Amino acid sequence: MKPLAPGPVVTALAALVAVFLMMPLIAVIPVSFTPNRYLSVPTEEWSLRHYRALIDNPAWAAGTWLSIRIGLVSALVSTFLATLFATGLWMIEPRFKALYMGLALLPMVAPPVVSALTLYFFLISLSKVNSFLAFDTFAGVVLAHSVMIAPFAVVLISVALSQIDRRIDLAARSMGASTVTRLVRVILPNIRFGLLSALFLTFVLSWEEIGVTLFITSVNAVTLPRLMWMGLRDNIDPAIAAISVVLLAIVVAVVLTKTLVQHLRRARD
Amino acid sequence: MTRTAALLGPLMLLLGLAYLLPFLGVVRWSVTLPEPGLGQYHAALTDPLVLSVFWRTLRICAVVTVVSVAAAYVVTLLWVRGSPVQRLLVELCILIPFWISVLTRAFGWLALLSNKGLLNSWLMSLGVLSQPLTLVRNEFGVIVGMVHFLIPFAAFPLATTFRGLDERVLMAARGMGASRARIFWQVMVPMTRAGVLGAALLVFVFALGFFVTPAILGGGRSVMAAELVYLRIFQSPDWGLGAAVSVILMVCVGALLALMMRQGRAGGAR
Repeated sequence: MKPLAPGPVVTALAALVAVFLMMPLIAVIPVSFTPNRYLSVPTEEWSLRHYRALIDNPAWAAGTWLSIRIGLVSALVSTFLATLFATGLWMIEPRFKALYMGLALLPMVAPPVVSALTLYFFLISLSKVNSFLAFDTFAGVVLAHSVMIAPFAVVLISVALSQIDRRIDLAARSMGASTVTRLVRVILPNIRFGLLSALFLTFVLSWEEIGVTLFITSVNAVTLPRLMWMGLRDNIDPAIAAISVVLLAIVVAVVLTKTLVQHLRRARD
Repeated sequence: MTRTAALLGPLMLLLGLAYLLPFLGVVRWSVTLPEPGLGQYHAALTDPLVLSVFWRTLRICAVVTVVSVAAAYVVTLLWVRGSPVQRLLVELCILIPFWISVLTRAFGWLALLSNKGLLNSWLMSLGVLSQPLTLVRNEFGVIVGMVHFLIPFAAFPLATTFRGLDERVLMAARGMGASRARIFWQVMVPMTRAGVLGAALLVFVFALGFFVTPAILGGGRSVMAAELVYLRIFQSPDWGLGAAVSVILMVCVGALLALMMRQGRAGGAR
């Protein structure tokens, strides 16, 4: 039975919304070619000066490299902890399971500004006793990002776990497999796609994290989003347009590839 | 027991030490700075400036919730039920903005709507306008930016709702000669009411605690509660008030989430 297709009114409205969603992303492109030092639309002359600025100004490369390192470490840390936690819940099914889950998801559901203030409090308290894991340091940002992104990894891994057939694990257990063996040889191989998507998502979330980062960094640990924020607040720097176009190109390439592959696969089946 | 500790322990320890404890510290700030007592809560609930921020926050969040859920509703309808080409195009228009950093998206609106932006330059070169329209650095800009940010978040739960619809009910309505408009308003909308409510609550909760988009597109002029916290911590320091506003936000969000969970449980039981 063919489903009822949306009518012309719904289609037209939906097209408007779709255009609305893409509009600001497209608007970034012409602005990035302005010859002026302020936000404007190029008329006669188109210039690449803001792209050149991305290469010439070492701050952009430094911010990008810092964001990549922070993203990789916090994705690994948070996915590792989330894997232990989610598989633990799945294998043991302890009492008060909902309570554990609630705490694990807290940073995801709390208002971002509350998390930001909380982690700010945490890191400036630590700054009083050490200078490694502290406010405005690499380790401090990694720790704060790990806290913020771990809940997302917990969700993805729990979803992956819920699709395993429990009887596989029961079989391993009845044949005397230890907890470690069950975890490493039975459960983890079955959720490897969930683990990969958790790693990917947590990296992206850390890579573009700004709310918390704004509170816990100042002049040393300047991540790429923090650098963009500084160029956006007062006098808008058109270099932001250039970096935005670069980021946009990456996202479009990834999403386009993934979606097309999915649709082709679905069409073939 | 040791197994439980080894598996659940590390994450619980991290969140306990780096989130729960410091949150209690923030609560302590709110009742001790600058002096012990509930003065900051009294100030937050009586000071006209702070109250106006709360009212603006509620007003903007309400408008943003209604507009973004309505927009997400129609776009998701096409995403789930359109032709294969429509589905692909709509999916791209939802996923690409979703994966793009909130800063790039806010900047895009500045590029489009600011005084020297695309829209104003275009309208002025056409001679429609002699003065640029002020479209950002005000409440309008904040609403546009937040709606843009939140549509995908409303679209995902709505898509789940639409996929779960019983096709036969729609076909029955069609078979009995109902017009498209009538099917939409009298069959589709009532059948998806629970999903719409869930999406609206989710969007409202997100909107409440959000501060990056309002800070950039509001330009410090239409300050919302979350941005007020930022300003009170970093620009005109009044840590006690910033902490008190945070605690109030946390309580509001907690209450809304509890409502959402009850809603979900009641929906599941039906």
